[in-house]
Amino acid sequence: MTIDEFVKRFSEEFDETPVEKFAVGTLFKGLDEWGSLTALSIIAMVDEEFEKRITGADIRNSETIEDLYNLVMSK
Amino acid sequence: MEYNPFSLEGKTILVTGASSGIGRGIAVECSKMGAKLVIHGRDLGRLEKTLSMLAGDGHKAIQADLSKQEEIDRLVEQSPTINGIVHSAGIPKICAVKYIDRTLLEEIVNVNELAPILLTTGLLKKRKLQKKSSVVFVASMSGVFIGNIGEASYAATKGAIAGFIKSAALELAAQGTRVNTICPGLVPTSILSLSNEVFTEEQLKDTMYGRYPLKRVGTPEDIANASIYLLSDGSSWVTGINLLIDGGYCLT
Repeated sequence: MTIDEFVKRFSEEFDETPVEKFAVGTLFKGLDEWGSLTALSIIAMVDEEFEKRITGADIRNSETIEDLYNLVMSK
Repeated sequence: MEYNPFSLEGKTILVTGASSGIGRGIAVECSKMGAKLVIHGRDLGRLEKTLSMLAGDGHKAIQADLSKQEEIDRLVEQSPTINGIVHSAGIPKICAVKYIDRTLLEEIVNVNELAPILLTTGLLKKRKLQKKSSVVFVASMSGVFIGNIGEASYAATKGAIAGFIKSAALELAAQGTRVNTICPGLVPTSILSLSNEVFTEEQLKDTMYGRYPLKRVGTPEDIANASIYLLSDGSSWVTGINLLIDGGYCLT
């Protein structure tokens, strides 16, 4: 999965935030819709798409969507 | 003899999931109240650690994997006749609703719901539960009193148990046996560190710890004390209840 595809897949876990708000460098924890539910959804999405487990700590250590993508690819 | 309506002297109590966490706490406290314990766990090493922590003697440890029917049957077979049981074995699952799949659901339903119900029926069929026994399930505030994000599959199993005891309490009343649940709020144990793979300690503190009116989370002893109450003759007029032990969490 390319980074652009990842950004799109990431944005699909948000119901309210428009897709234009998401880019490689988006600071996702600053989004109004960011919270425990979206965090859980991202963890599950990564599990489903990549068959890799990321943790709450992994998310805490990521600032941008790109950070998270790199972290997933390094696992 | 000192007056104590909550004594467990002369009672034999089976505790499942006693190799750690709440189950271990229940086993240890029940032994201090005079009970003879039959402790069950999956991990023999940790189970023997619990055995070494029990007060008094004459206790017994039985290893079994309750996700398998033949192991439930073996536990029933190896268990002596008992006066009470605390079903404490359980697993957590944190997953957003739209990502729950059949595999996840079957795993958690198997351990949290099917195993304690089938162990109870097994004990009844083999007449291992004496008359006037007490059957206690460790459920949760989640799924019985409140909901938490990510806990839907876990809550479904706990809510199922809370429903099961209503009918079971009516049926078993014929033999004087009482059936209840304990619904704990957050008790930090290793079960929690399993779910910590998803939530960080910080998230837990922010979203959960701060919401307890009594200003602390629970301990295994808090839950053990509730089980002592439900196992003892002090609660002989109590059946079919879901006993909430939550530091006031559900008030807010």
